[in-house]
Amino acid sequence: MQRTGILRLNFVDAFLWAFRIGVVAIVVWGTIGTLTTGRYTREQWADFAIFGLSQGGIYALIALGYTMVYGILRMINFAHGEVFMSGSYTAYFVAAPLAASGFLDRHPILGLLLILAVSVATSTSVAVLVERVAYRPLRRAPRLVPLITAIGASFFLQYAFRGLYGSGFRAYPEIGILRGEWAIGGITILKTQGVVIVSAAVMMAILYAIVMRTKVGKAMRAVSEDKEAAALMGINVDRIIVTTFAIGGAMAGVAGILYALVFKQVHFFMGFVPGIKAFTSAVLGGIGNIPGAMLGGMFLGVVESIGPALFLDGLGIVAPYQLKDVIAFTMLVMVLIFRPSGILGERLAGKRA
Amino acid sequence: MNRPRVWGTVVLALLVALTSYAAAAPVRLGPVTDPIGVVRVARGQPIIIAYWLVIAGPNASLGVDSRRGIELAIADKRTVAGHPIRLIGEDSGCNAEGGVTAATKIAANRQVVAAVGSSCSSEAVPGAPILWRAGIVTVSPSNTAPRLTAPDRGPTYDGYLRTAHNDQVQGRVAAHFAYHALSSRRAATIHDGSPYAEGLANVFADVYRRLGGTITAQEAISPGDTDMRPVLTRIATGRPDVIYYPIFVAEGGHITRQAKEVSGLERTRLMAADGTFSPDFLRAAGPAARGMFLSSPDLSEEALGPRYTEFLRKHQQRYGERPLSAFHAHAYDAAMMIFAAIERVARKDAAGNTYIGRRALRDALFATRNFRGITGNLTCNQFGDCADPKIAVYEVVSADPAQWSPGTDPRKVWPRR
Repeated sequence: MQRTGILRLNFVDAFLWAFRIGVVAIVVWGTIGTLTTGRYTREQWADFAIFGLSQGGIYALIALGYTMVYGILRMINFAHGEVFMSGSYTAYFVAAPLAASGFLDRHPILGLLLILAVSVATSTSVAVLVERVAYRPLRRAPRLVPLITAIGASFFLQYAFRGLYGSGFRAYPEIGILRGEWAIGGITILKTQGVVIVSAAVMMAILYAIVMRTKVGKAMRAVSEDKEAAALMGINVDRIIVTTFAIGGAMAGVAGILYALVFKQVHFFMGFVPGIKAFTSAVLGGIGNIPGAMLGGMFLGVVESIGPALFLDGLGIVAPYQLKDVIAFTMLVMVLIFRPSGILGERLAGKRA
Repeated sequence: MNRPRVWGTVVLALLVALTSYAAAAPVRLGPVTDPIGVVRVARGQPIIIAYWLVIAGPNASLGVDSRRGIELAIADKRTVAGHPIRLIGEDSGCNAEGGVTAATKIAANRQVVAAVGSSCSSEAVPGAPILWRAGIVTVSPSNTAPRLTAPDRGPTYDGYLRTAHNDQVQGRVAAHFAYHALSSRRAATIHDGSPYAEGLANVFADVYRRLGGTITAQEAISPGDTDMRPVLTRIATGRPDVIYYPIFVAEGGHITRQAKEVSGLERTRLMAADGTFSPDFLRAAGPAARGMFLSSPDLSEEALGPRYTEFLRKHQQRYGERPLSAFHAHAYDAAMMIFAAIERVARKDAAGNTYIGRRALRDALFATRNFRGITGNLTCNQFGDCADPKIAVYEVVSADPAQWSPGTDPRKVWPRR
């Protein structure tokens, strides 16, 4: 149907524009409202940002697993949240006796490394096992099939761990040297959160170096471009895919320990929500794009932490933190409307189009 | 299809619907006539009681504790109206979806005489009407949300009663404790949007304000949240003396652990309620729980008398551990109340089969007066509140789940003797 002028704007476009304008108006209105009341001090805003960054760092590390697997296999590994859970939960059974025997207080660094090693080893093995059992046999199946298997694998892992470890919650031990806070330039930062932010950044740098500078990284990029051509060039595609799952699993294992340091609580269902949030981060940043996943994770963490206070408080909404997830997912919808390929997704989308 | 035929079909469908509605005439089975249905229990067959409780997941201790109460009641009672008792059950998950699923599965079994449950108020809100539509009356040992027995609850809840206290009582006790015993004047509350938590937090806030205190914030989180620091930072801007968060194990644990780390809340006293009154909560919260307060049913001998001590002895003998949560005694009473009501309405035919009218059973339960239970003298009002509520406040002493022993650790601190 041909129409002229303003009438060419169809209903869906008009709706999307109204939605964009509405959200921006609410955000601006709420922000002005909050800032003019002066309810929060500068330190409290800094606290919000730090809480968000430490939460975002964990999202980002998990998101790397989603984005790398998507980059290589074009599938969403929905069992990745459970890979994260498996490492964190298993390492609890090392952390608890170490803490009870006093070892963790006497040799905190060694103890932490030990716990980290167990978590990374478990997560990596689970990730590799899931690939071998649930995805490799279906590599040539239609695209929906591995997605369904992924959800199945996710449930299987959850309930396998529930059977192994029980359905209750467990409290991670406190680590003496990580108690308390540092004061940096007028703002205080909890030691655990400082460690989380720094380690997440270091892990992401290491991963980026692996992908960009090493031979394995080059092979991974080649497989993600074109599996057949890569195979013709003598790359063992299966081995590269397993490596990708292993690296993603290792990142999830690190994230699991960082999560345990901050939240100090594990149970068999703990992977679900961070998994969904990390998947959101990966989409936000542009799925398949590694720096995108990092940025998306950090962005989501900060928006979740600051958003309710900044946008909703000024609107006079009571109990804004109940709407935390609404803000996070509205942000996702907004990014998808404005940039369907995600924040950093453009280059990649162009390449693959 | 032409228009007259469409109309004809509609009218016919309406007629069928109307006749089936009108056909809800009294059911006559054996010697019993009942307006909504009759259960026939053949001679020698068991009378089936169902439970719908949360028996898996993070809040499992709440439901397993109640189930043990029912099992002990069955062991004590042995037979009802000459029949053995069989207990079947469903996990209700402590959420609305789980409540609906469990209630639907129980309602599908026409042999179920009555039910005990649910554990969480959020399950009962959608679940109880499903059971009552099937004519099954349910008695909850641990739902405490005020709206479940509010005068405006509506006829779909006609088959719902509870032996647990109404949060109108618990919220009042908690507010009095915070105001008088802790000498606090500023308080904040956090709920998780569930009917239980929201109701209790609101009652606390109302009473606290009436006492003369200030409510600095009434916050909410969502079930499954882990990062509580932002919401706690927001609460810290009001500088409360006390934070009352009547929520469940997982989120309660996170708040307890993270509150100490938020600047401005270092001196703030923490207080939770019976949803976290279990050793599981200590596992989730860790040492940060030390020194915090929990409001919960009073489980001491001076409040409940020697019958409770006897109950604990049997419990220890059968399960080899102390009760897991706060509602075992309420569950025991709920089951016993049902048994007593069944015995009042059950009729036998010449062959020895038993017939129980569903409406009659419901009416008999609502007519319960001065029933001597472990938790006190139970008298049901017209909206299903049967409890004889005794609420205490406990202080966590060691935060070691292995030390869990209500009364000494957590130590009872209110009401003072």
